[in-house]
Formats: sequence, C-alpha cells, structure tokens
Amino acid sequence: MFLEFFKSLQEGKLIGMKCKDCGSYTCPPKQSCNKCSSRNLEKVTMSGRGIVKTYTVTYVAPMGYEKEVPYIVALVELEEGPWIIGRLDVEAKIAEDNDLTEKRVSVFAKEMPGEIFYPLKDKRIVPYFRLEG
Amino acid sequence: MRVAVIGVGMTRFGKHPEKSLVDLFAEAFWEALNDANIELKDIEAVYFGNFVGELTDGSANLSGFVADEIGLKNAPAIRYEGACASSTVAFREAVRAVKAGYHKCVVVGGAEKLLSAGTAIGTRALATAVDGIYEMTAGLTFPGVFALAARYYGKKYEIPLQKLREMIAYVSVKNHRYGAMNPKAQFYGKYGDLKVEDVLNSKMICSPLTLLDCCPMTDGGSAVIIANEKFAKDVCDKPVYVLGTGQASGGSLFRQEDDIIKAIPRKKAAEMAFKEAKITPKDVDFVEVHDCFTIAEIIALEAMGFFDYGTACYATAEGVTSMDGDLPVNPDGGLIGKGHPVGATGTSQIYTAVKQIRGEFKWNQVKNARIAMTDTLGGDFGTLVNVILGVD
Repeated sequence: MFLEFFKSLQEGKLIGMKCKDCGSYTCPPKQSCNKCSSRNLEKVTMSGRGIVKTYTVTYVAPMGYEKEVPYIVALVELEEGPWIIGRLDVEAKIAEDNDLTEKRVSVFAKEMPGEIFYPLKDKRIVPYFRLEG
Repeated sequence: MRVAVIGVGMTRFGKHPEKSLVDLFAEAFWEALNDANIELKDIEAVYFGNFVGELTDGSANLSGFVADEIGLKNAPAIRYEGACASSTVAFREAVRAVKAGYHKCVVVGGAEKLLSAGTAIGTRALATAVDGIYEMTAGLTFPGVFALAARYYGKKYEIPLQKLREMIAYVSVKNHRYGAMNPKAQFYGKYGDLKVEDVLNSKMICSPLTLLDCCPMTDGGSAVIIANEKFAKDVCDKPVYVLGTGQASGGSLFRQEDDIIKAIPRKKAAEMAFKEAKITPKDVDFVEVHDCFTIAEIIALEAMGFFDYGTACYATAEGVTSMDGDLPVNPDGGLIGKGHPVGATGTSQIYTAVKQIRGEFKWNQVKNARIAMTDTLGGDFGTLVNVILGVD
C-alpha cells in the first residue's frame, strides 16, 4: 500500500488504518493492527498533525543521499497516536541550536531523486514535517 | 544433551582488501579447528552468517563456497542473514540442530567486508537493515537510529542532552581502552587513552552522536565449533557449555514508538535465555553486548535486565561496567574498540566469551569468569539474539 500512501501524501492526505476491534490507528498502513494484530481494519485519513518526539541532524549519508546532507530525520507522534518517520523542514543550525522536541508539526510530501536500491527507482516521496506557529 | 563450544577462531579485525569473504571465514575456521583439536571429517555442517556480501563484494549464496574452501565437500551449508546479528542467528540455529540430535559437531561463523567497501557503499549497505520503504526514503542511517534513541533517552529520563553525551562517552573511552589491549582488535594499540572530551569533540555524524560514539566499518571473519556433550568431552579438556539462548524480533523503528529506548525484543530474548539457563542477571560474570554506538550499550544493558531503565548511563560513568566494576562489559573492546565486521561479529563475541571462561584472554582477563552472556542486535531492534555460556 506504500504507493497509495505516498500518492495520497502528495495530494495532502495522510492515510492510515483504524482498527475496528481496538480502535487504535496504524500509520503508515500495515496489514495488521500495530497494537492488537487484528486484520479488521479500515482505511482512514489522518489529521496529519503531531508533535516531534526526537530527531537527528544527519551529516554522513549513504550512497545516493549525499547531496541531501545535512538533513534532519525525525520521529513524530501523530494526534491519533502512531509515530511516523520523516524529515523536519528546518535549517540544520536551527535544529542544533534549539530543542525542537515536543514542537507541533504538520506533515507534507517532498519529491526527492530516486536511487539504485530504492523500490521506486525514479523518485522518492519523503514525508516532511513543517513547524506550526 | 547439552551443547558445548569446543573451538574458537577469528581473524584480526580491520582492513583486509587482499582477502575475500571466503578467505576471511577460512582463516578463522583453521584457528577454530586447531583449537578444537579435531579432524575436518568430524564437522558435519556449516552455519555461515553474512549480511551484505551482495553489496560489498558482489557475492551472495556464500555458504557453499566457504564449505568448499575449507574442504568440507558436499556438506550441508547454510547462510544466515539477520543484519548485524547474522552469525549469532546462525549460532542459535546450529545449537538447536545439535541439541535436537541432527548433528554431532558443526562449525558456525561469519565474514564481512565493510571497511574495504568504503564509507558510501558501507553506509548504504548497513542502511539496508532499516525499513526499506518508509525509513529509507527519509534517509535513516544506523547512526541516525541511535541518534534518535539517544535524544529520546535524554528527554524521557530527564537528562540534559550535554550531560547524557558526557555519560555515554564513557562507553567509547572504556571500549577503546580494552580494544587497544586486544591484538585481534581493529584499534589494537590505538585510542587506549581516549578522553571524554575527545569523544564529544570528534566529527559529528548524526547529532548528538560523533564519530567516536560509533563503531567503525570493519573487515573480518570468525568461526566457532560446537558439538554435543558426549563428543565434546571425548575431544576437549575444557568444553564451554551453551546454557541458554533467546531470540526475538521487532518491526520498523517508528512502529516501536515509545519503546525505541527499551528494546523490547531484546528484553524478550534475554528473558528467554535466562529462563533456559535457569539463572538471573546477578549470576552473570561479564557480558559482551552490541555496542554499535555508545548509547546502544546503555540501552542493551537495561533491556537485558542488568540495570533499571534510565540508569545504565550513570552506572557506566561511575565505572560499574569497567573491568574492576561489578559487571565488566565488552572486555575485548566491543564493536567500538574491536571492530564490527557485521556478519562475523556475533561469533566473535562467542570467541571472547569462551576464551575468557577458559582463562585464556590474557590481555584483559575477567577474574574468575565462569558465566558469560552475549548480546547481538540486527537492525533497529529487528533481530535480537542472546546467548549464555558457562562451565560447571
């Protein structure tokens, strides 16, 4: 379902799965509930808002990603509960000089170049997090 | 019937551009065979760990080639891949096969060539162990995984980031001190008198982790020979027994949410190993843990049950995990000081544990070492294996 996830994100929608058994959310989608393992899931649009739990400024990148450094990988806890991974849309210096954990963010998509080993060869869709005022 | 380790071997860890993956395994194997004092024909199968031979050397399907290289023609040979835990996964499977009676005696080992591959290929190769879709598109690397964990550890346990950086730097200082003493280590004779400031001031890789918070890229091989108790007693004066093993798995880092600093799969694997060995953490004389990064050693010691969550950083800074502390950790230098040839790392931990228990680790011997535990992590808590070894 990752293609649909990325395509929706490009259209401004973050999709996830809501469990009809335990009520919790799984995002990005997975074939079983991340909390109770049920397969009784329905596709939903998530709020796309959350808070930064942790992040790192990456200075040494793998082959294929060198031109993107420094970039900031972050884990964000969505309003609905699940944590997602993406990049913080701020300057590296701002992320180094300030504690951005617990800051409110919203998610959007950026298109980046593909690389030889990535499943999508022509491009990568990267979830980015924008700081909310 | 119990299973024992009867022979161990490993190459010097470091840079070996002149040797193939097969050569590195074979070199370790000859040392193990010599150590075990048995004949080649006694070995019935090969359990081989390798992570990214495809990417570093353009070679997969290596098990048959390594078996053939050492002259074990037509023996069953299997490659195991569990990222950085590959050869410990192989070890556990081999132990189970011998225990079940399928084999009397087998060899387990691994090989990897990351240093010779260069930083760009090496970093990409290592990153194949993260979630290949969602984590990879964000450019998550392994230093990145543990940098995310480090910052969260500080927040969760209310430790200012700079204070945490200083405390975890002691892991690097300690493991480099021991690595510098170990003739098989990548940094033998180097960085033995590292200071906390050196770690803090070295090149930033993924903030807050610097180069000296990270283990190096390494080429190397390791091999151990295991046998059932009867055969072990026939051929070996000092068999070291496998008292317990445990293994567990986990999904993508982001799906582990708040547990990214608790390493739940490791907690489960360690509990499984302790239960099988019928011992508790207090009974363990020393441990070999997967210190791929400084913070990784802290998280490992807590998840395995040696320290409460949020406290191993203080204990480490106070010297509890040093050779003269209550629980020596990584007396061979660990991944940071000894090096981390991924597929060979797990059985090199077994190598150290066995040498220590036999009293043969003369350059940094743990006093009265009778029970050791090893811990190997593959991926971002994706594959966790713990092994407890000991003598009667």
